[in-house]
Amino acid sequence: MRRLLAGLRDDGRPLTYAEHLALHGPLPTPKDVLAALAGAGLRGRGGAGFPVVRKLEVARRAGGKGPVVVNATESEPASLKDQVLATRVPHLVLDGAQVAARAVRAKEVVVATHTGSPAGPALRHALAERRDDVRVRLLEVPARYVSGEASALARAAAGGPPLPVLHDEPLAVRGPAGRPTVVLNAESVAGLALHLRHGKAWYDDLGTPDEPGTVLVTLRRTGVPPGVQEVPLGTPLGALLPQPQGIQAVLVGGWFGRWLPADVALAAPLSHAGMRAAGGVLGAGVVMVLGQDECGLRATAEVARHLAGESAGQCGPCVNGLPALAHALEDVVAGRGHRALVDRYRGLVRGRGLCGLPDGTADLVGSALEVFADDLVAHAHGGCLRPAGQALAVPRPGVAA
Amino acid sequence: MSGGASGRRLRVDWAACDGHGLCALWAPDLLARDEWGFPVVTVGEVPTAALPQARDAVRACPALALALVPVRSREGTNRTKG
Repeated sequence: MRRLLAGLRDDGRPLTYAEHLALHGPLPTPKDVLAALAGAGLRGRGGAGFPVVRKLEVARRAGGKGPVVVNATESEPASLKDQVLATRVPHLVLDGAQVAARAVRAKEVVVATHTGSPAGPALRHALAERRDDVRVRLLEVPARYVSGEASALARAAAGGPPLPVLHDEPLAVRGPAGRPTVVLNAESVAGLALHLRHGKAWYDDLGTPDEPGTVLVTLRRTGVPPGVQEVPLGTPLGALLPQPQGIQAVLVGGWFGRWLPADVALAAPLSHAGMRAAGGVLGAGVVMVLGQDECGLRATAEVARHLAGESAGQCGPCVNGLPALAHALEDVVAGRGHRALVDRYRGLVRGRGLCGLPDGTADLVGSALEVFADDLVAHAHGGCLRPAGQALAVPRPGVAA
Repeated sequence: MSGGASGRRLRVDWAACDGHGLCALWAPDLLARDEWGFPVVTVGEVPTAALPQARDAVRACPALALALVPVRSREGTNRTKG
């Protein structure tokens, strides 16, 4: 079942280029890469799930020739999958970058990582082992959420600041430098590399008809080291948790995701459609388990506080609204606040920023208020239903499995 | 409001907006201000009758952060992570 993570070494070192070629074979070089990928159902793995080949087609129709930007920043703080790809199977990511670049006739590939992430050095080392048709440039951006937003990366790749920017047209039509700019997640391009090698029938053999292939999932649970697993899309989330006892709720999608009650979450298929139907999101494939003795409200307040500090400082409603939202939620947790104020600030930040930070935070908090309704009552009376009181460990970005 | 829909909406470039608040003065039927002074677009599609107001508000913005755009144009919010 392992495709992206095939051949992963137990000792943790990356596959060399020779090992990579022995495992996957050489990358095919069809004259028209885009035609060879026609009909590929692979969806973007950065969170939004946009069909990857459609994005490439849009860029090519718009004239191509702009850069392909591979997003290996892993800005979703709870995710580890792109780091695993970059540090363990870097050549699959670099192959995929070449596939995307050839598909749109890009002049340059830019691979972006967070400063300080082991992904950067790993990719640099891997690049030195190979010769690529399209020139590859590594780009480090500050280790914060907003740096990894697509328009921020497109801007940084064009020499500008790594900050989200308003754009009237899709980046794949017209990027910051005026040329079509294709921004794709590291797992998305790794999927392209597999698809080009093995073809549609092979690729579609796993997954659902609408969302073929496999997906990397970062699993986090208190007391257990976080890990990354590869599963076919559509796999029930419960299959990742052979011991479902003691689970209170699951945060799906990560810090920009939603809380689901345990029974709903465990039955929900790991796909965009499956998660949406269950009231969640697949996002970048993060699954965080909350135990019965852990307080989901407190956990959410901690995350909201952290996210408030992640604002780039560009957008007034985010700069002011996220700290106010975090504070209102902290007051509710402390038994001196009002839920109505939390809802008011959620409404005030929604849709009023250039990136997904305000909306993501508002939706995460909203789901906590619903799923932890009983806890909310207890906290309103100054108590807490959970003996541990303390929340699930709030992950620090870039801390590897 | 009468007069039909204009097919346009007000869009704030949040990176440019400094919350001067002049827009809300010129277009009180279309914009309010939040508690920090930043504009809240209160009407989705601008009614034709309110187009002059909307244009005044756009012109009044000292930060050039307000625009009147087709309703169907991209949202100001970028949702993808790439």
